[in-house]
Amino acid sequence: MVKKSPIILALVSLLHYSEVFANEAFVRSNINLRTGVTDISQQVYDLHMTIFYICVVIGIIVFGAMFYAIIFHRKSKGAKAANFHESIKVEIAWTIIPVIILVVMAIPATKTLIAMEDPSESDLTILVTGSQWKWHYKYLEHDIEFYSLLSTPKEQIGGQWIKGDNYLLDVDKQLVIPTNKKVRFLVTSDDVIHSWWVPDFAVKKDANPGFINEAWTKVNEEGIYRGQCAELCGKDHGFMPVVVEAVSPDDFDAWLANKKAEKAAAQAEEKRLLAMNMSKDELMSEGESVYMGYCAACHQQNGMGLPGVFPALVGSPITTGDVKAHIDIVLHGKKGTAMQAFAKQLTLKQVAAVVTYERNAWGINSGELIQPKDVHQLLQE
Amino acid sequence: MNTLTETASHDTEHHHGPAKGIKRWIFTTNHKDIGTLYLWFAFIMFLVGGAMAMVIRAELFQPGLQIVEPHFFNQMTTVHGLIMVFGAVMPAFTGMANWMIPMMIGAPDMALPRMNNLSFWILPFAFLILLASLFVEGGGPAFGWTFYAPLSTTYSGDSTALFVFAVHIMGISSIMGAINVIVTIWNMRAPGMTWMKMPLFVWTWFITAYLLIAVMPVLAGAVTMVLTDKYFGTSFFNAAGGGDPVMFQHIFWFFGHPEVYIMILPAFGIISTIVPTFSRKPLFGYPSMVYATASIAFLSFIVWAHHMFTTGMPVFAELFFMYCTMLISVPTGVKVFNWVATMWRGALSFEVPMLFSIAFIVLFTLGGFSGLMLAITPVDFQYHDTYFVVAHFHYVLVTGAIFSLIAATYYWLPKWTGVMYDIGLAKLHFWCSLISVNVLFFPMHFVGLAGMPRRIPDYSIQFANWNQLISLGGFAFGLSQLIFLALVIKACRKQGEPVPAKVWDGAHGLEWEVASPAPYHTFTTPPEIK
Repeated sequence: MVKKSPIILALVSLLHYSEVFANEAFVRSNINLRTGVTDISQQVYDLHMTIFYICVVIGIIVFGAMFYAIIFHRKSKGAKAANFHESIKVEIAWTIIPVIILVVMAIPATKTLIAMEDPSESDLTILVTGSQWKWHYKYLEHDIEFYSLLSTPKEQIGGQWIKGDNYLLDVDKQLVIPTNKKVRFLVTSDDVIHSWWVPDFAVKKDANPGFINEAWTKVNEEGIYRGQCAELCGKDHGFMPVVVEAVSPDDFDAWLANKKAEKAAAQAEEKRLLAMNMSKDELMSEGESVYMGYCAACHQQNGMGLPGVFPALVGSPITTGDVKAHIDIVLHGKKGTAMQAFAKQLTLKQVAAVVTYERNAWGINSGELIQPKDVHQLLQE
Repeated sequence: MNTLTETASHDTEHHHGPAKGIKRWIFTTNHKDIGTLYLWFAFIMFLVGGAMAMVIRAELFQPGLQIVEPHFFNQMTTVHGLIMVFGAVMPAFTGMANWMIPMMIGAPDMALPRMNNLSFWILPFAFLILLASLFVEGGGPAFGWTFYAPLSTTYSGDSTALFVFAVHIMGISSIMGAINVIVTIWNMRAPGMTWMKMPLFVWTWFITAYLLIAVMPVLAGAVTMVLTDKYFGTSFFNAAGGGDPVMFQHIFWFFGHPEVYIMILPAFGIISTIVPTFSRKPLFGYPSMVYATASIAFLSFIVWAHHMFTTGMPVFAELFFMYCTMLISVPTGVKVFNWVATMWRGALSFEVPMLFSIAFIVLFTLGGFSGLMLAITPVDFQYHDTYFVVAHFHYVLVTGAIFSLIAATYYWLPKWTGVMYDIGLAKLHFWCSLISVNVLFFPMHFVGLAGMPRRIPDYSIQFANWNQLISLGGFAFGLSQLIFLALVIKACRKQGEPVPAKVWDGAHGLEWEVASPAPYHTFTTPPEIK
């Protein structure tokens, strides 16, 4: 019984999966590399299939010979052992032939590799920065930048809600790039090593702190393409997806204009906030959503942290002591630890709200309210 | 004074047979006892590391977070890897070397018996430290067995210090074991046992021992730099202080790639011993086997950066490492062809060691094929850090290294215990393992190609079905190993038919000329080799 059950399970599952394949609405294969949407990704796919078929042929020959011997050269069938134990000719042949196969394989691989590593003459450059556990995109020619965070709800991960179609592969703000343009990515990191990967582009590049790597793509088809961080980067490595939307160059220009308008509006809003005070309710509800999005991954939803890894906020001198020190650590992080600088990631309002939240949540209720202008003042000092 | 007399009394005792009780095992300098200790230690570690794999597979049984937190999940993948590599596979091969090398070359013992004792007895402390680190505040190492900086330096917990010291002790143990193997083989071969008459297991271990001596100090250097970067303010791997995190990977893989051959070359030796026995035919191409082993060992030093194609190397370096890596498949292919040629027109029978050896040849070769695919740099960008890589290295390590160790156990266990093990149980173990290991690892190729990254505690729903199947295969494979445990315990209790000196009719070699079970001291006068 013990012996049979895995086979039966395997067969049943195989049947089940073949149905799934047939119904698959999108081209994304569940068992093979995808062809992707760039010329390079197509070449990579072709290389993959070529080397795969070469392996299959070699496998059939070698295992075929072996199983022939297993079936026909059995002692139980009265086989008498021969006594040969060398043959210079055969040994030379099975050294030379593999070398020839390898050379044949190496030629297209070299061509593709050289093309992949040539990011020159690009139309657009985007600086991609990984940090625990989100991506930051900066359009170097357009003065636009934003963070891109996982947007899958916690309840889906915890199992309270049904998981969506793009479970763990959805972000709040996706990277937008134009089709048919050579887009160059400069990849780096703020903390540990991450790896920026979009399978449909056949682009995977490590984000090394303190160094900048280059990669590029030229997408042929409009669409939304999803990938993930590929290098273990700590606790939430599995929760920092990459989502790229490729749109037509015209739509891309429109998107750029829209982003710039948004940015101007946000700056005006900041200015307006500096002149007024926000209410406690407003600060607390905004603070909670910022906390859950940016802080809870380490300090936990209940503010207790993970002992020995991430410090607790409840009862910490930071959240109970001097407000300025508290705002300062949120803005500038703490060197040599995983605490990031949030000055660039959060607006004045968000910083004010989250500091207020951390000083009033979890039953602390200090009653202290921090306003955007307090944060602004500290930034000026 | 006291110590002196004690040692002296032990020495005299040894001429009569083993000491009694626990002291026999603590103070032993006998290669067979130490071999046994290594093998049992490795098997216990295999079960401990396996239990961690079960935690990993249980969490991955379905999407979402159910059983463990991501931080603990990372500790499990990290410690599972460390235990399997340094606690299970390497000590098991050292145990085999201890038991078999002296008997195969006609030596009375290992050349350095006291160092032999020490090299084993520091190991349990290394792993106690490593396992204890899981219980300190903040948990154990959670940065992967490859401990890439700066995740393992600036961003790691305080258990890192324990991890570093544990790795140091493991390294010292390995180096001492390797020195012992080299000195034994150089100096203690029986008269007439010339280099090209040595059994292949001895040859492959001889070359492996040199690999160990070459690269374990590199690992020691890497962990020391991690330690000083984390605690003493150095900046080897920190760009802000003029260092480079990618340099860590170069140093690590300069150790790491020869390390994978350390875990597979002795396996080649085992398979080259077993296949001729049950084919009743001499090994095909013995000299080419020796040269192929040496070529693989040499090439293993100049391919390390194929683990790092995505780190942003210059194209020239990528091409160099791609070509060298592809080249390794030539001597490896020679080995596989030689095994098949050995079986060709033999008189084959399929005792359990042969079953595991045939499974090894087929499944290790599958792992070799995926290795060749991974060598192609442009495609490696897609495979890198996905489950395709996980599938690849588990095929070469589990169905490669571990299957060879199981085959070796089934081959030599009757010699060690003097009784034939329960063959029914052994066949059950084989078939359960063979089927479950493929249900476990084969679909990993699929999810990897479809885009599932490795080392993630949760995954998108498109991978759910395959992961469920993989987990079931994993549980089945884990349970199957308990059959092996029961079988070995039974054999150690001498439950079974007594066996003659030459257990297998087609076997050759000095180990089959001594009685079964092998006496406590063998070849006190060297045998003569014709």
